[in-house]
Amino acid sequence: MTTLGQPHGAAIVWFFLFVAVTLAITLWAARRTRSTEHFYAAGRSVTGLQNGLALAGDYMSAASFLGIAGLVALSGFDGLIYSIGFLVGWPVVMFLIAEPLRNLGRYTFADVVAYRLRQAPVRIAAAFGTLAVVTFYLIAQMVGAGNLIRLLFGIPYGVAIVVVGAVMMAYVLLGGMLATTWVQIVKAVLLIGGAFLLAFLVLVRFGGSPLALFAAAAERFGGQVLGPGRLVADPLDALSLGLALMLGTAGLPHILMRFYTVKDARTARTSVGYAAALIGFFYLLTFVLGFGAMVLVGPDRIQAVDKGGNMAAPLLAEAVGGTGFLGFIAAVAFATILAVVAGLTLSAAAALSHDVWVNVVRGGRAPEREQLVVARVAALLGGVASVALGMVFKGENVAYMVGLAFAIAASANFPALVLSIFWRPFTTRGAQASMAVGTLSTLLLIFLSPTIQIGVLGRTSAVFPLKNPGLVTIPLAFLVGMAVSLLTPEREAWERFAELQHRVHLGPDSDSDKG
Amino acid sequence: MSEKQRALEALARAQWRLALALTAAMMAIHLGFTLLVAWAKPLLTVQLVPGLSLGILLGALVIVSAWSLIWVYVSWANRHYDTKVASLREPRR
Repeated sequence: MTTLGQPHGAAIVWFFLFVAVTLAITLWAARRTRSTEHFYAAGRSVTGLQNGLALAGDYMSAASFLGIAGLVALSGFDGLIYSIGFLVGWPVVMFLIAEPLRNLGRYTFADVVAYRLRQAPVRIAAAFGTLAVVTFYLIAQMVGAGNLIRLLFGIPYGVAIVVVGAVMMAYVLLGGMLATTWVQIVKAVLLIGGAFLLAFLVLVRFGGSPLALFAAAAERFGGQVLGPGRLVADPLDALSLGLALMLGTAGLPHILMRFYTVKDARTARTSVGYAAALIGFFYLLTFVLGFGAMVLVGPDRIQAVDKGGNMAAPLLAEAVGGTGFLGFIAAVAFATILAVVAGLTLSAAAALSHDVWVNVVRGGRAPEREQLVVARVAALLGGVASVALGMVFKGENVAYMVGLAFAIAASANFPALVLSIFWRPFTTRGAQASMAVGTLSTLLLIFLSPTIQIGVLGRTSAVFPLKNPGLVTIPLAFLVGMAVSLLTPEREAWERFAELQHRVHLGPDSDSDKG
Repeated sequence: MSEKQRALEALARAQWRLALALTAAMMAIHLGFTLLVAWAKPLLTVQLVPGLSLGILLGALVIVSAWSLIWVYVSWANRHYDTKVASLREPRR
């Protein structure tokens, strides 16, 4: 049987090794973090490959590793719908967002939306959207962390939450973006390396052929495991989830912030290429991991440990590589959570300090030293809030919250970003309306959806039929943003479009007034 | 000045057209796949060779198509777009 759920040597050694290395990096980074440019953007010193790895690290959460492997192991093909959905947002990031973002902004995506609009109203609306996305994403990560660490190491839920919160705050507070970037890089290498090794050990048993593995799954559990099952019942629901996953990626604040860490737009472009290659490779591996766990561990044993199937990948590691490998994979899962939570906290801190404090409260004129202090205070608040949220939502079903975070990102942030970069008539009122309607309509429709009404509140029916509201809220945010803009023409926003276009393509260095 | 402005606007239009076309292609591919998943379950369950169902093949192809579209954009940008940007920047220096 399994040694999962007991604090055992290999996992603890690997975990402490990871924490020791990343804290050493943090101390190194802390000495270099002397300005806001360092704190938020790692001094724009990150290379294309490094940023590609860091983007992959920020994006691949424990949910995608443990969750998707578990979903495939229990229900076969259905889990792959997520694997695919999580990748297809990256081309959109590449084509529409990465380069203009780098050329127009400094630290947050609100810099871009507010570029030719009135600063305060736009930034408040953008901070609202950012915090909504980050909060739901954080809750999902923290609750997931508490449960996973309890299952993996046998550490109590509350202790796990506090450990994650404390280590993550050390990264963000001391080392800022530079430390957070390197934590993501280390984690991405460990995660992709670990998943690759695991897939390799699985495939060795099937003569190196994924098809032999899939065939074994079909033989043992029936051919239907290789085709769509119950997860996707309603085509509209499927379309809605697909749209939210696709456009949400391009609206995730912690992902967008990464494009400011590279030196120019061309490097931003390169980094998306690397990220998409790495993430796609990783999700292709989940095909093998999921079916591997189905065949080599079996759905019954996986569900005996955890009903949701989250322990499929660790159990598979134990089956093919023994206790030592289980320890390594468990530590990688822990590291994954830590890194994602750090990235989220940093983006929330940037929204609070750079957007709200510096640009709204202080009208864009705060001394550097003050900005850095406020950034760290905001990060501290973000860290404390994430621990508190983890405690409050203990035992709740939070699986839907990642989907919700993507839906808000796709409805509140993505339309405003695209319209501000590409649509000349866009105005301050239009941006405010688009972001507010995007956020609020998503929250309202999620509340009225079967996800909450039936899944959480236990009612028998729901007012709104779709589990994910993206199909309604994304077009709605675009339409409202455009309609309100046309009703409230703004001369300056119209006239400054040429300047924006100049900067989108030629970059900030070509401006006469730099900075 | 105005000639340069026209060149910049032409470049912006070219970039926007390509970006929009590639985004639309990605959306069509992914949403098409999603609708197949919802509507054509028996078809996707068919195994072309033992172990390889049509669903798994198409799913992997969606990932490959995402890579290919990115490759198209990057190669256009590296060859065509960057050259244009460089030529628009230069006279200022």
